[in-house]
This record gives sequence, C-alpha cells and structure tokens, in this order.
Amino acid sequence: MLPFLIKRLVSLCLSLVAASLVIFFVIEVVPGDPASFMLGMNAEPDTVAALRDSLGLNASIPLRYWQWVSGLLQGEFGTSYTYKVPVRELIADRIWVSLPLAALALLLSTLIAFPVGVIAAARRNSPTDVSIMGVTQLGIAVPNFWFAMLLVMFFAITLRWFSAGGFPGWDAGLFAGLKALTLPAVALALPQASILARVMRSSLLDTLGEDFVRTARAKGLSQRQALWRHALRNALIPVLTIIGLQFSFLLAGAIIIENVFFLPGLGRLVFQGITQRDLIVVKSVIFLLVFAVILVTFIVDMTYAIVDPRLRRARA
Amino acid sequence: MSESPVVPKQNDAATRPGLIRVALQSPSFMIGIVLTLCFTLAALVSFVWTPFDVTQLVISDKLKTPSGLHWFGTDNFGRDIFSMVMVGARTSIAVALIAVSIGICAGVPLGLLAAARHGSLLDEVIMRTNDLVFAFPALLMAIMITAVFGPGAINAIIAIGIFNIPVFARLARGAALSLWTRDYVLAARVSGKGPARISAEHILPNITNLLIVQGTIQFSLGILAEAGLAYVGLGTQPPLPSWGRMLSDAQTMIYIAPHMAIFPGLAIVFTVLGLNLMGDGMRDIFDPKLRRAR
Repeated sequence: MLPFLIKRLVSLCLSLVAASLVIFFVIEVVPGDPASFMLGMNAEPDTVAALRDSLGLNASIPLRYWQWVSGLLQGEFGTSYTYKVPVRELIADRIWVSLPLAALALLLSTLIAFPVGVIAAARRNSPTDVSIMGVTQLGIAVPNFWFAMLLVMFFAITLRWFSAGGFPGWDAGLFAGLKALTLPAVALALPQASILARVMRSSLLDTLGEDFVRTARAKGLSQRQALWRHALRNALIPVLTIIGLQFSFLLAGAIIIENVFFLPGLGRLVFQGITQRDLIVVKSVIFLLVFAVILVTFIVDMTYAIVDPRLRRARA
Repeated sequence: MSESPVVPKQNDAATRPGLIRVALQSPSFMIGIVLTLCFTLAALVSFVWTPFDVTQLVISDKLKTPSGLHWFGTDNFGRDIFSMVMVGARTSIAVALIAVSIGICAGVPLGLLAAARHGSLLDEVIMRTNDLVFAFPALLMAIMITAVFGPGAINAIIAIGIFNIPVFARLARGAALSLWTRDYVLAARVSGKGPARISAEHILPNITNLLIVQGTIQFSLGILAEAGLAYVGLGTQPPLPSWGRMLSDAQTMIYIAPHMAIFPGLAIVFTVLGLNLMGDGMRDIFDPKLRRAR
C-alpha cells in the first residue's frame, strides 16, 4: 500500500504545480500587462505604473510565480484589487455557500440514483426499467440552469413554497440556510442523478452476469438475495469513480446555478471578478476549484485502492 | 505485399445491408436522428428564411404569448421567439461542431501517438498533460479565457474545444493500444511500415466507429456547455441570438412572461436528447455484441 500511496502523492503534488503554472501563465503572462488590463483603456500611465508597483509586477516572471505560490501555501491569496481586502476573506465568506451547495447536490444525486439504478437493473427490460431509462435520458439532456428556472417558476412563483433566490446566511439558522439551498441543490442534482443511475444500472447488470453471482444462485439464493449480498458491492467501483468526477461538475455547475438564485457563493465572486477585471480574485477562485477537483480525484483513487486490493498491486 | 490480405474487415459491419434494418428497428436511434435532423434543418433554413426578422425590435408587439402569428410568442423587445430559436440553433450547432472538431483534430493524433509509443516518456507526458487539462472543467477553462480575452463565441469554442482534446486522446489511445497487439498490425510492421503509417492506415480506420459515437456525445455536451456559457454572459454576444442568452434574458421576465423561458430551454433539451439517443443507437448498431445481448 505504501509505495502506491507515495506514488499517488507525488503525482498529486505534480498536478497541483502544473495546474498553478497553467493558471499563472494564462492569467498573468498571456494578456501582456495585467495592470493596464485591470485599469481599462483610459487609465493614466502613472496610475498604471503605480498599480504595477503595488501588484509587484516589476519583478521577474519566475519570482512573481514563486511569490504567488508561496502565498498560496500560507493561505494568502493576495489583496483584491476592487474590494481592497484580502482575497482569503472574500473566499472564506463565500465558500460556505458553494461548498454546502455542492455537497447537498452530491448527496441528493446519490440518494436518488442508487435506488433508481438498482430497481432498473433488478427489473431489466421491464416497463419500469424502460421508463426509468427514458426519464434519465431526458434528465441528462436538461441544462441545470434551465431546470432551476422551471423550479423557480413552479415552487417559488406558483406555489410560493420557497423564495426565488437569495441567501439569508447561516446566522439565520440551519433550517433557513438549507431551505435557501434546496432548490439550487435539486437543480444541480437532477442531471447528475440521471447519469449516476445509468452507471449504477449498467454496472450492476455487468456484475449480475458474473460467475460468482451464478454460484450464489446455484447454492440456493434468490435473485434478490444474490443482488443484495454479492452483486451490489462489486458493482460499486465504477459508481464510485463517477461520484468523484461528479463533484467537480457540481462545483463548476454551482457557479452557474448560484447566478440563477442570486446566491453569494464563489461563482458570483468569480463573475464579479471578471466584470471588475479583478484578476487576483479570478485567479485565486479558479485555483481553489481546480485544487478541489484534483484533491477529490486523488481521494477517489485512494478509496478505490482500499476497496479493491487488485488495483493497488497493479498500479503500484 | 503491403496492403490487401492483412487489412481487417471490421468495417464490414457498417456496410452490411442488414445494418439499415437494425437501425430502423431501433426506436431510440430513429427518434434521435429525427430530432437531430429537425434542428439541423431549422439551423440551415434560418440562413435563408425565418418567420420574422430577429434583429427587428417591434416594441408594440412585446411579450405576446404564443399565438398563430407568433408560434412561440415574442420577447420583451417584440422579437419573434420562434425565429430566434431557429437562429439560435445555428449558433449552438456551429459552436459545438467546431469545438468537437478541435477535440478530434488535436486529441486523436495525440492519442494515436501515445499508443504508438506506448510506455515511453512521450506517452507518459501526453497522458499526464491530458489528466491535467481534464482537471479543469470546461466552465473554469472558459472563465479563465474570457477573464483575459473577453467574452465571445470564439473564446467559448476554444474553451469547449480544449476540454474535448483529452476526451478524444484517451479514447483513441485506449482503443489503439488493443489494436496494436493484433496480428494484422504485426504483419504490417513486418512488411516494413512505420508507426505513423500503421496508425493512419490500420488503427485509425478501426477506431472510426468509436470516434463517431463519442463525437456525437461530445457534440451534445458542447451544446449544453455553450448554452451555459452564453447564459452567464461568457459566450455568444448580442445581437446574435443564442439559446443560452435567450434564457438569461428570460430570467428577468420570469414573473410576467414565463413563455420566454420555456421554448429556448425545450430547444436545448430536444437537441441534446436527439444527439444522445443517436449516439447510443449508433453504439448499439456498430457493436454486434451489444446487439445480440439486447
């Protein structure tokens, strides 16, 4: 296990370094002069020079990269150009909207997809299976932000069960916070649940055809018992990968959904950053999100190795 | 003895007369292809004719609900939504198609190269770079590109295209690796062909089916991504109609004119659904093993 762990850890670090390089070069090096970009076309030359100075742009590129990364390692992202406060504070406020939203959506998606996928596989080719497959096919095709708008129309405008947007803050109580995140989470979860249910079904169907399931049936277990005791556990491996991958889609998707519901999360922050040309904010948030994606991929890989020792040996 | 006897005959499946019959018997494939044709047709027709001019603002006709005259109603500027959906199809299809082409043109050669040099440093570098690009969801890529170069359809195409590259590179590499162990590739090597020629003449034709199926799926993902980017204002810019932007305009009118949000959304759903059904159908048709299993 240890060599495998070390190998994966090294590759995790390399990915993070590479990701930071890509972000740094796209945002800071490619556009020419970030200071004149941030100030716009009508800026006075001495204003630009002053901003260049305060952003530390007169240093060499490797030095600037090093300063940015060493800041990141200490949890310092720099100071926002428009808000004049540390980006760390801006992110700390907003991450408590985006992260719970993505987590809630992941939970919902898993809770919906599991039973649906198992039922479809257990009743393969029955009318139930066919209609489940039809609905999930539709679920994949629905853009989550449009589904969010439909939810607002129905649950917020017609039924008035939920508010159409906004976030009261966690100070207003756990219930109020969760209530504000419910519609956005449902909107995010539906397409992901459709994908997950299909993966669950096909993975379960694959395992149900395996020899050990036939053996279980031969020793007298019913199809249902064989499914629950033997097939399900083995079918979970591909499902686990998809859940890991989905987290990154959910985080990115949350950026758009936050816009529909006017939630003060990382997505709103990054779009404000773009319109206000606040590159420091944009750079930091994007790095954070990519970091989350890489970290989750790593965790999924590790879980894999724990669940299935064969993978551990094969890849170590 | 360069060509004939060792060239595999796998593509026969695609030309057998029975294949059309199988296609006709697959309801999901038929639904998929009909939906896809409908939207392609709408996009093509929009070049020469739309019921109304999409650039003309008729304020007196604003926010009309669907009627015989305006099938999908009108928006807050009095523009005909049906016409805008038609022109929007053009934008969506163009963006997604070019993005998929970028993915195929860059990804497939990279994947084939990695497979041909399997186990080498080059293979490792290509695949790790792929993993890295894969860690940037298309949306984040687009945000980064638009933050620096400004929003627009071209930048959306680049972002979605870059995202497609690792998808095709992985697919091509994986499929090519299993083909490299085949006898006919060995025969080709013995006859003196280099890796590049083998990849082009023997590997590529045999993974075309896979690429077409994946291309269809990525095409539908591209349409969804374009809509998402346009919705948040990072994609296609006014005055060119796009489904995503129509939806973001509709959002401000959601209390008084829900019809503005319904039709562009349905257009996205049916186009994506059509492409996905077509892709799934093609996978079943190309793969006789799946066909027997059903």
